[in-house]
Amino acid sequence: MKPRRKKFAIIIAGVIGLSVASLFTLNAFRSNLVFFYSPSDVFAGEAPLDRTFRLGGVVEKGSVKKYGDGLKVDFIVTDFKQSIPVYYEGILPDLFREEQGVIAQGKIQADKTFIAAEVLAKHDENYMPPEVADALERAQDSPATANN
Amino acid sequence: MKITKYASPVIFYGFSGKLIPWLGALTALLLGVGLYLGLFVAPADYQQGESYRIMFIHVPSAWMSMFIYVVMAVAGAIGLVWKTKLSEILASACAPVGASFTLIALVTGALWGKPMWGAYWVWDARLTSELILLFLYIGFMALEASIDDPRRAARAAAVLALVGVVNIPIIHFSVEWWNTLHQPASVTKVGAPSIHPSMLAPLLLMAIGFKVYFVTIVLMRMRSTILLREKHTRWVNELLETKS
Repeated sequence: MKPRRKKFAIIIAGVIGLSVASLFTLNAFRSNLVFFYSPSDVFAGEAPLDRTFRLGGVVEKGSVKKYGDGLKVDFIVTDFKQSIPVYYEGILPDLFREEQGVIAQGKIQADKTFIAAEVLAKHDENYMPPEVADALERAQDSPATANN
Repeated sequence: MKITKYASPVIFYGFSGKLIPWLGALTALLLGVGLYLGLFVAPADYQQGESYRIMFIHVPSAWMSMFIYVVMAVAGAIGLVWKTKLSEILASACAPVGASFTLIALVTGALWGKPMWGAYWVWDARLTSELILLFLYIGFMALEASIDDPRRAARAAAVLALVGVVNIPIIHFSVEWWNTLHQPASVTKVGAPSIHPSMLAPLLLMAIGFKVYFVTIVLMRMRSTILLREKHTRWVNELLETKS
């Protein structure tokens, strides 16, 4: 019975040891594992200024402007604290729309505008039929109008 | 009459053979109803339209890829400690099934990602850790295949499976710990799931269906491994004689 118990203890200790080790490693590489920076991160100086990075946030309502053949577009990415204007030329993904998550890859300019080479849409975790979404929106809007 | 008697390959072979037809029928029923509800009855999504329906395959596959890995690692650990033949065979039977589910999750995710995100693949934490899971499964199978003695092979592979188990919480929590392109969990979210009941029902049916399918297919794989490993024993020879 004894060697069996010892073996069991070794396995448990091994798994725990490995978990702690990987936790430390992941923590050390934390900044490299970040897929995107928010506009607040950029203003806080955390994003690299001299090379390409990804900027993530929400497309501000009413900020999307398309030019010419519709390939040139600019919009404002916001995290509701800070916002950064983004310029992009290319095809936008299906889920790109105002008030939805977006991730743009490109470079920040000196005037705190962002030239994007690629734009990805970030989907949120909500799934519902259109009627439910409409009902939710109406429910959200009605107390606001009552206050006015 | 103890529960451990089922760990004997002979007894296991007998009773698993009786279970398999029932489990197979249940799999067909669950997947049939789940797919019908998911593809024809559930409403379109308010943002993604019809494209979201791929999640009825993608999400249960991704869950299975992690679940099977845990089963495999636990079976491996039991085999290491108690040296039970059957748990070694179970771990070995899990690997290709888990690898297939991982591949399905990655491929369906990529097909959904292109129109929705705008990219087939991005190196975010969730996608990368799921890819590592596929490599762990492949490594497990390769290591097992490279050692001739099946008992030694099972022990070596079990150690690898246990090392890789740290990846499972990383996959699950990756969307919370880091900024990822992949969306956070909808169903296991604290509080109410942020998915409409009409979409949740087929998703859960598919998830249960995949689980039952996994049990069915693993039992079948274990039975054939048992026959192969015990081919020189009297009970297998007797079984073969009565079958032929």
